[in-house]
Amino acid sequence: MRWNQVNYRRENISVWTCLLVMVISCNRSPERFGIGRPATQHEIDAVNISIAPDGKGLPPGTGHVAEGRALFIAKCAPCHGPTGTEVPQYRLVATPDDTTHTRAIGNYWPYATTLYDYIRRAMPFNAPGSLSNEEVYHLTAFLLYSNQLIDSNRVISARTLPGIVMPARKWYVNDDRRGGNEVR
Amino acid sequence: MKEDQIKRRTLLRAAAVTALGSLVPGLSARRMPEAAPEDPTKVPGTPVGKVGTRSPFEQPQKKASDISARSPLQDFYGIITPSDLHFERSHNGVPRIDPNRYELLIHGMVERPMVFTLKDLKRFPALSRIAFIECSGNFRSGKTNMTPQEICGLTSQSEWTGVMLSTLFREVGVSPKATWFLAEGSDAAVMTRSIPVRKGWEDAMIAYAQNGEAIRPEQGYPARLFLPGWEGNTNVKWIRRIELSDQPFMTREETSKYTETIKGGKIRQFSFDMDARSIITYPSYPQTVEKGWIEIRGLAWSGRGKISKVEVSTDAGKHWQAATLQEPVLDKAHTAFRYGWHWNGDTTEIMSRAVDDTGYTQPTLKQLTNARGTDMGGYHLNPVTAWVIQRDGTVLFKPEKFR
Ligand code: HEC
Repeated sequence: MRWNQVNYRRENISVWTCLLVMVISCNRSPERFGIGRPATQHEIDAVNISIAPDGKGLPPGTGHVAEGRALFIAKCAPCHGPTGTEVPQYRLVATPDDTTHTRAIGNYWPYATTLYDYIRRAMPFNAPGSLSNEEVYHLTAFLLYSNQLIDSNRVISARTLPGIVMPARKWYVNDDRRGGNEVR
Repeated sequence: MKEDQIKRRTLLRAAAVTALGSLVPGLSARRMPEAAPEDPTKVPGTPVGKVGTRSPFEQPQKKASDISARSPLQDFYGIITPSDLHFERSHNGVPRIDPNRYELLIHGMVERPMVFTLKDLKRFPALSRIAFIECSGNFRSGKTNMTPQEICGLTSQSEWTGVMLSTLFREVGVSPKATWFLAEGSDAAVMTRSIPVRKGWEDAMIAYAQNGEAIRPEQGYPARLFLPGWEGNTNVKWIRRIELSDQPFMTREETSKYTETIKGGKIRQFSFDMDARSIITYPSYPQTVEKGWIEIRGLAWSGRGKISKVEVSTDAGKHWQAATLQEPVLDKAHTAFRYGWHWNGDTTEIMSRAVDDTGYTQPTLKQLTNARGTDMGGYHLNPVTAWVIQRDGTVLFKPEKFR
């Protein structure tokens, strides 16, 4: 204290310089570090397979129920059964009014776009990513039809898919738990 | 006779180990005698090795099903889960990823879409944090012969090290209009979850290390998303892509799965926070106890903050007493608790309940069904777990019917 007062004038400058140097050199945290490289549009397009519920990201193409049925029998039935109802834990088909606790696309899924997105990224389980965009449209059409969500002649495309009404959507609510002395 | 045989075999093995060990370094360390020598001071021990081993007398194991493997909670003495015993849940296996080819792409509603290699990620300021990760589908019941591992072994705790996601958000210039981001893994399920951007600014991390070493493949090698306190599935492993958006993507894992039915036929979505929970891991099935002093031990945790209190009942929930919390009591972390109890030998039920610093008290299964209805889904169930201590000292889980 005293030392500081006595030498105040002279030390003043160097103390502050010291502090300034410390601040700068000890824990500098710039807004940006300049690490990483810019991504090219080509690079982004190569991996960007996500699809939003409004249809953003859906590729060109059309899907038909009949083609979807044939594909389903060939590529999906081994695990999901020929009609998508035969394997309880991997059941895909349930009519919208099915209340027997069976959860499947027709009575539980809130968005039709999810079906396209999920089949394309993850199915068939033993060969994920092997389907063409067109095949995914066909399978989507077939599964929507099997779940009684569309007619057999409905064509599925980037334009029509987001508009398919999913009856379960009205049941969805956001998480309302918030901590504190209550159970929700 | 039998003892003699063992001794001879041990001696032979010891001789072989000594001879081989000097010729082939590393080999000897892996060969452990299946029986301990009668007097370990009379036989040279195993030479030093390159990788440590667990005592052959300790065999803690994960319990694996087709889709997940549970941590042996009853075998843990502290709050850190040994990395090889961390629970596992993946949706189409554990991918093998070359760290030299690994890249994380961040794009969408950002000023500068960017690619970060693993080396890049490690150049950013690092941060370590001890916290748990728990699968939201972490409650099994139904029979009395169930262990803590079987009831709720889908929770584990590590020290995670990585770069804060907020640092990367600044690097790419996340648009103030972005409200959600998609996290995508590079496994065969190409796992995807939509996460509120708020969490990304708050405390999300891209973790590349676990308990001081590179993250294990089962936990997301070479890098994963780590969202302290949030349901396991959102902590996307093997992360390859983050896409900033102004809406959630409604992926299959946030609609068809990881949502829960509640009262009135409603389906609750985006239930991110893991509510407070605890379990007594000693005494538990299939351990046995003797009359007299017993130190009841267990773990408590909350995804919303710190554990502020754990209460224990030794009379089937009639009276509750505060347990001692073992320091450190960390935010969103497994916390060890202990309670000294004198058992008089009569049949009774013991149980614990956690209270976190938001004032939330771990509910009973009955309170959960009252709140969510008898048709409630299987996610986010954190009920008080009771153990029945029988007169003969055996301990049984007390399953409750709820569906
Ligand atoms: C080798 C077996 C197998 C094959 C073949 C297969 N699946 Fe699957 N499928 C699964 C498994 C297993 C799951 C559950 C995956 C999970 O939960 O992570 C699943 C889940 C699904 C789901 C989500 C179900 C839900 O309710 O969330 C859909 C949709 C689906 N499969 C469609 C298909 C289609 C379409 C095909 C044919 C192209 C197909 N699957 C082929 C095994 C298979």
